Amino acid sequence: MTEFTPLESLAGGALIGLAVVLLMALHGRIAGLSGILAGVLPPAASDWPWRAAFLAGAVAAPVLLGLFWTPDFSSPTPRAWLIPGGVLVGIGVFFGSGCTSGHGICGNARLSVRSIAATLTFMATAGLTVYLVRHVFGGF
Amino acid sequence: MERFLSPFLIGLIFGAGIAVSGMINPAKVLNFFDVAGTWDPSLAFVMGGALIVTFIGYRLALKQPGPIFGGGFQLPTRKEIDRPLVIGSAIFGIGWGVAGFCPGASIPALGLFQPDACVFVASMIAGILIARAIRRSLDARRALQA
Repeated sequence: MTEFTPLESLAGGALIGLAVVLLMALHGRIAGLSGILAGVLPPAASDWPWRAAFLAGAVAAPVLLGLFWTPDFSSPTPRAWLIPGGVLVGIGVFFGSGCTSGHGICGNARLSVRSIAATLTFMATAGLTVYLVRHVFGGF
Repeated sequence: MERFLSPFLIGLIFGAGIAVSGMINPAKVLNFFDVAGTWDPSLAFVMGGALIVTFIGYRLALKQPGPIFGGGFQLPTRKEIDRPLVIGSAIFGIGWGVAGFCPGASIPALGLFQPDACVFVASMIAGILIARAIRRSLDARRALQA
């Protein structure tokens, strides 16, 4: 069980939106985390420095917050299953041109038909996967 | 300033949002999808909060002649719903449903120093590199046929 946290989630979502808007207003970039990450992997994109700085900031946030408060964290998936899970996420976001941030927030806010189609697709397969894992195969 | 400090601070806000919202917690994300079990609808509020701010903020930002630090707005222009988009997104969803991490939540989770987050991110990076190799070989085959 995890507690339903509408206020924290809404506030956190608004912060995510603020970062997404600032990256567009100041740098003219879509805040798609899979795309930003792919651009720092060798052979890196020519504009890799801003990408690396953004990723460093994202990693630093919980470290700095940790001085006052540590968010709940628990990963029910057995560690060995995180490997195929991660590989599928990497392959999927590459061919699908985005993830929850790039399509789910940036693209949907622009009413992009590709992002709406992508979001409906990955939400559906994620929901189906969790249903199969938990209620059909009795897994994690 | 615009090369390092600004994107670092924006990344900091993004990571704080992921942490405060609860997206950083894979148990919470998996419970969002578990409508038939231990359902936790919080993730809908994360997406809702982010979409409201972005919907309004993008309209204001994109009305300007260009981004403050120059370079022009770099927006995707493709419109067609093609097979790679749908199949790739379907594969991403399966991985997300297995792991409970998506790319944007897993990067800040590294800052919690949790081994599970490191295993996931390393595997995701391997997946992106595998996908690039597949794309290269598909492109090479297509070039031969043309």
